[in-house]
Amino acid sequence: MSDLRELYQEMILDHGKRPRNFRALDGAECAEGHNPLCGDRITVFVRTDGEKIVDVSFQGSGCAISTASASMMTEALRDKTLGEARELFRRFHELVAAGGEAIEIGKLEVFKGVGEFPMRVKCATLAWHTLRAALEQDDSSVTTE
Amino acid sequence: MPVAGLDVTRLRADFPVLARTVRGGEPLVYLDNAASTQKPQAVIDSITRFYSERYSNVHRGVHELSELATGDYEETRKKLVPFLGASSIEEIIFTHGTTEAVNLVARGMDARFKPGDEVLLSEMEHHSNIVPWQMLCERTGAVLRVAPIDDDGDILLDKLEALLGPRTRMVVVSHTSNALGTRNPVERIAEMAHVHGALVLLDGAQAAPHEAIDVNALGCDFLVLSGHKMYGPTGVGVLWGRREELEQLPPFLGGGDMIETVTFEKTTYRGLPQRLEAGTPGIAGVIGLGAAIDYLNAVGMERIAAHEHELLEYGTDRLRRIPGLRLIGTAKRKASILSFVLDEVHAHDMGTALDLTGVAVRAGHHCAQPLMQRFGVVATVRASIGMYNTREDLDRLYDGIVKGIEVFRG
Repeated sequence: MSDLRELYQEMILDHGKRPRNFRALDGAECAEGHNPLCGDRITVFVRTDGEKIVDVSFQGSGCAISTASASMMTEALRDKTLGEARELFRRFHELVAAGGEAIEIGKLEVFKGVGEFPMRVKCATLAWHTLRAALEQDDSSVTTE
Repeated sequence: MPVAGLDVTRLRADFPVLARTVRGGEPLVYLDNAASTQKPQAVIDSITRFYSERYSNVHRGVHELSELATGDYEETRKKLVPFLGASSIEEIIFTHGTTEAVNLVARGMDARFKPGDEVLLSEMEHHSNIVPWQMLCERTGAVLRVAPIDDDGDILLDKLEALLGPRTRMVVVSHTSNALGTRNPVERIAEMAHVHGALVLLDGAQAAPHEAIDVNALGCDFLVLSGHKMYGPTGVGVLWGRREELEQLPPFLGGGDMIETVTFEKTTYRGLPQRLEAGTPGIAGVIGLGAAIDYLNAVGMERIAAHEHELLEYGTDRLRRIPGLRLIGTAKRKASILSFVLDEVHAHDMGTALDLTGVAVRAGHHCAQPLMQRFGVVATVRASIGMYNTREDLDRLYDGIVKGIEVFRG
């Protein structure tokens, strides 16, 4: 079972079970994301002040990877600028979807193992795609398909 | 005389893929048979032989290879007549799969539906037996009615009967549910539907690998199935219909092979079955399906059913011992499908945990989202048993779930 623990690092299991910033943000921008393959649904809330992200939160239900990814995303983005957030998503996407190296992405490196499971990449990136929709105020709900 | 049991060890040797390992050395336990079954060597060989020795297009050339190919292709149609209890080869239509077969019938029903007419289906249908009928409703103004199921996954027959009426034109039900395993009382349902003059289409995709099919005993008007779920190739399906009903269906696709004469002013169509089979068909797939039918006949559907039933009972008993595991689908009459959810563990995470131990299952909504909503879950883990599975496979499933739970529940 060592492989399973490699993919599901302790931090992923912890955030999957006890997601941080799991709440709605009144008056914040928000968007909904949906992974039709597994039924995961998520709403991401984001409050900005100019170029700065002041607060991020989420609600929804999903597997351990999608929940942990959303939870850790909210922690990673607080007090980041919009430009920094975009760059972090790019690097995260590079890591989990393109099998790239983890370059200065801090704790998010724990998702490295997801890259070896193409069917699970969408779980890890759902929250990020949804965040982007919230920031762009794209009215259509996001799906990973 | 009782049927001798299945020699599973011998049978497994017929399926080359079962000998391989996955995920870096784990022996494969294949329990995703409801999604698609593995192929016996006989099916693989039939396709290889066709392409290497007998390949040509069918129904066209005057040369020898075309004769051989046409003969092999039509041979499968002949095999399907006794396999399904059909009356003649005119009743056997080849499609690309169950989905196309359902669409062929649904598209052909437009003229028979007036606004307010009804299609009745069950709450447990696969999307392929919902969406084509919804599209029919959109085209014609017909109304979709849904017969509910109980907590075990059995159709509530009294509710279904109450939904039947003079406006019911079609009743469409899965013979066996892909998500729950429920073997529906389709014989009774067909009787009820016919009292009201409705036609009955059965989705037989999950029936064909598990039990012998006799369309007359079932009492249906149409039955559809897929080759790849009954140990045959992908890309081939079958529509069986009562001849008088098929004759009323307009052509589904227009093109080559389905015509008698074509002029720019008017085209006349051939008779059954060609009228409903436009274009070059999936010849190799149809030939492979013929080999799969031979294989199933040789093993014996009765033997397969008995073996799978025994495994279903064994697997059910084992899974029930796992704390926090809830079986979804506990009908009394069931095919060998074990669908379940777990407290605190998402189906997808468990699917990955099992995969890493070499156990292949499906995790998801199984193309039955309305059914998932009915049970208040977004996804289940589904272990579906085929003829080559063993008690050891189910032990590996059990062990994999228990180990996964240790990791996820912590």
